[in-house]
Amino acid sequence: MLSADTKPRRTSGVRADSGLLNALHALQAEHGYVPRQEAMALSRRLGVPLARIFEVLTFYSYFRLEEPGRITLSVCDGTSCHLQEGPVLLKAIQALLGIGAGEATPDGAYQLNVVRCLGCCSCSPVLMVDDKIYSQVDPADLPGILKKHPPTAPKEAN
Amino acid sequence: MIQLTVNGFEVQVPEGSTILEAAKAAEIKIPTLCKHPDLPPTAACGLCVVKVEGMPDLVRACSTPAQPGMQVETHDPEIVNVRRTLLELILSAHPNECLTCGRHGACELQELAKDFGIREEHFPSLRRELPRDDSTGCITLDPRKCIKCGRCLEMCQEQQDVWALSFMERGLNTRIAPAGDISLAESPCVHCGQCSAHCPVGAILEFDQTEAVWEALRDPTRHCVAQIAPSVRVSLGEAFGYEPGANLAGQLYHALRRMGFDTVFDTNFGADVTIMEEASELAERIRSAPEKLPLITTCCPSWVDFMEKFHADMIDHFSTCKSPHAILGTLTKTYYAEKEGIDPDSIFMVSIMPCTAKKYEITREASMYASGGQDVDISLTTRELTRMIRQTGIALENLNCLELPDSPLGEYSGAGVIFGVSGGVMESALRSAHYFLTGEDRAELEFEELRGLDGIKELTVNLGGHDLRVAVAHGLGHVEQVLERVRQAKLKGEPMPYDFIEVMACPGGCIGGGGQSWNVSNAVREQRAAGLLKEDRVQEVRTSYANPWIQQLYRDFLGEPLSEKARHLLHTRYQPRPEYLR
Repeated sequence: MLSADTKPRRTSGVRADSGLLNALHALQAEHGYVPRQEAMALSRRLGVPLARIFEVLTFYSYFRLEEPGRITLSVCDGTSCHLQEGPVLLKAIQALLGIGAGEATPDGAYQLNVVRCLGCCSCSPVLMVDDKIYSQVDPADLPGILKKHPPTAPKEAN
Repeated sequence: MIQLTVNGFEVQVPEGSTILEAAKAAEIKIPTLCKHPDLPPTAACGLCVVKVEGMPDLVRACSTPAQPGMQVETHDPEIVNVRRTLLELILSAHPNECLTCGRHGACELQELAKDFGIREEHFPSLRRELPRDDSTGCITLDPRKCIKCGRCLEMCQEQQDVWALSFMERGLNTRIAPAGDISLAESPCVHCGQCSAHCPVGAILEFDQTEAVWEALRDPTRHCVAQIAPSVRVSLGEAFGYEPGANLAGQLYHALRRMGFDTVFDTNFGADVTIMEEASELAERIRSAPEKLPLITTCCPSWVDFMEKFHADMIDHFSTCKSPHAILGTLTKTYYAEKEGIDPDSIFMVSIMPCTAKKYEITREASMYASGGQDVDISLTTRELTRMIRQTGIALENLNCLELPDSPLGEYSGAGVIFGVSGGVMESALRSAHYFLTGEDRAELEFEELRGLDGIKELTVNLGGHDLRVAVAHGLGHVEQVLERVRQAKLKGEPMPYDFIEVMACPGGCIGGGGQSWNVSNAVREQRAAGLLKEDRVQEVRTSYANPWIQQLYRDFLGEPLSEKARHLLHTRYQPRPEYLR
């Protein structure tokens, strides 16, 4: 094998004490996703290569690399909702907003996520908008629901 | 020593050996795709599974320590069947395009598929479309072909400490890419090509530029000139059945002429010029600018890129001297063109290098155009020249091993030859620096302490009353420790730990370059190095300054080393560069 007698290196991947995961959680909590520039700053601060940070970021589906829409639509695809036409509801929302699951509308107004489960199976199929639950949603109800959650202005960049 | 049995044979292996190593000691070959002799095991591919008496499941031979009294079975029908299934699974996610793949005929996966006689696909296809990345112009990344063995990552991250490549996502979606799917050219990649030299398949290859060379060779208005780097002559033969280290310089000059090159020079001559300039720089700094010591060598373009990205605070210590092939390119389009009355614009200069990074180097900075145009037009790797020779139908063994390169940029000293091996630049520079400092030849020319494959080699050597402390590092992962000592001494205002540092990015130096023949290991590196050191020993002239063609070059054209003309043509500049472009 090649000789490896000369640690320490410029970096040596993630050290046990680097706190990488906690730092990434904090960034996502602050921004709603992990912006690339923030990941780069974190890389310099912790001495963890950016390549390793992105390995972690893309390993866990929890972390987001794109800015999410400002209003989050969560369609439930748990067992009960799935059996009660949840997938039909999802298709209808996708058609209405023109985006796929996990995506944001181009204006950044709405974010569409698929989740399982929201814990109110008796109300299936369920749609949650931000933290408001809508029960037994029929695709025809959708325009009315969206009207109650009109697009908000983007946050000022600071 | 541990005693165990493999397939009923008694074997003795040192403590700490793996089952894979024990089997090898018993002359039993266990197939593996992820384990490379250079690298620690990753246990990724699973092909090396074996049975161990008393263990409930199959274990991976690459990562299971051999134990006293172990009874190992490596090739019973059940094991072979498991391996076949694993291979079929790997193949179900691997494009079926061997005929148009750059690794065809030298692919480790193809070889195993052949050995296992796989004729049908039993699993549904998991192949994916992913974009190819040619952005560096040095390395071609085709993530569709990746079998996720992790060898390239081990080289790029742990051994080279570059961290350009990573595994993005997980499970079936895993793919090799720079952080966040930017292009390789936007990443910290320093183009060393060690990923390509360790990839078992065609997922990472040298960026092929052979067609551009053929085109120039077909053009009757072009005066085509080739130069061969020292380490190419002791590696290229491996693809044609020669032992590593077999020196084919004569056959290669001959082959290049047969391919249609009008003139064939030798990069070894460029190395002699590099030494004239670099040893003079060293002597000058020892005499009048000791604050600019240690002097750090810059022949290796990956190392230069690495320094500019990660160690820009050391720029004042870099030798400003260009690398040997860059110097030879400049001199071909100035000195040689002038001497022979050839229009420099009609010259097409091709470097044959052990290296993928030389493709980047030839346009890296304005000084690479010192002749007025681009000094070196194309830089090919050993592997590209191998293909061109095959296309020409040349049988190397029938060529003239005594063929000589052309004058005035072909005749070289022994010092020029050993540039291709770690420690060689230092050794050559010390031979000449002694002369520049004392005006006398040094009796002792060889520095045994600077040879071999240890990651860092150190020596104190007396040159004309000066005790010179030198260090040689190869493999970029070994550089940090050397530079950190310099940095700490500066911070504390202490004397410098070194006066002169040589660095080569690739393990072993250019003989282990990223563009060399496949299947490198330390054993192969040692054989290639021995081939070069042997040629140095038989040379009549073993110091650059004593090479009569070097003397003529300085007398007729350059004046003195470090003259204004030499500085303009043979030296370069450095600048800090960002690790990531975005």
